Amino acid sequence: MFRISAEPLDPAALQRLLVNPRAGACATFEGWVRNRNEGQPVRALDYEAHAPLAEKEGLRILDEARAKFSIVGAICVHRVGSLALGDMAVWVGVTAEHRGDAFDACRYIIDEAKARVPIWKKEHYASGATAWINCATRGPVASGTPPQKSGS
Amino acid sequence: MTKTLQVQYFAILREQRGLAREKIPTAAATAQEFYEELRSRHGFTLGADQLRVAVNDEFAPWDAPLKEGDSLVFIPPVAGG
Repeated sequence: MFRISAEPLDPAALQRLLVNPRAGACATFEGWVRNRNEGQPVRALDYEAHAPLAEKEGLRILDEARAKFSIVGAICVHRVGSLALGDMAVWVGVTAEHRGDAFDACRYIIDEAKARVPIWKKEHYASGATAWINCATRGPVASGTPPQKSGS
Repeated sequence: MTKTLQVQYFAILREQRGLAREKIPTAAATAQEFYEELRSRHGFTLGADQLRVAVNDEFAPWDAPLKEGDSLVFIPPVAGG
């Protein structure tokens, strides 16, 4: 399951969805809103997403994780809307028979989600300024072609 | 040939355009031509080489041909997490 949520994330409820007697390990990752980015004091964040495309790309990432690692279940949910310091922006949970695959797949899912899923972050700084992260600084993307499935 | 396309803007493009969606008649044959047209009209700071494009809710190549009623989204550099 990959979902964009306008509501606060409930990690305990999400984790219950992963319960499975085959699972011997559950690795989770939580991304929180922190108070600094590249030296600037941050006061709040806005996230927005192109939800239909984000959910499709997110599901592709979960499928890739299933192909690459031996896992039982995987969920990723990302917040949109206005978030305060300390709020949870993203939750990833992966179950597997053993911890190695759970850790590796969890890492894969959050790394790919940050790089590929159409979600944007606007930072509000203590100074009153704002910035869309990566929009001003990131270089060209690779020829604008659709993402390749990295396969197994 | 003129066709009417739907565009949705997100993040920095939405702010630079001042709205979230619009319908635009255009003679552009490809997504790249269409973006260049919009960029010169609205002064978008991002070049096509910094964006990806989605047509009808799927990522598409920039040279994909466009047809009447297609829905386009230009994807600025993402920053989830």
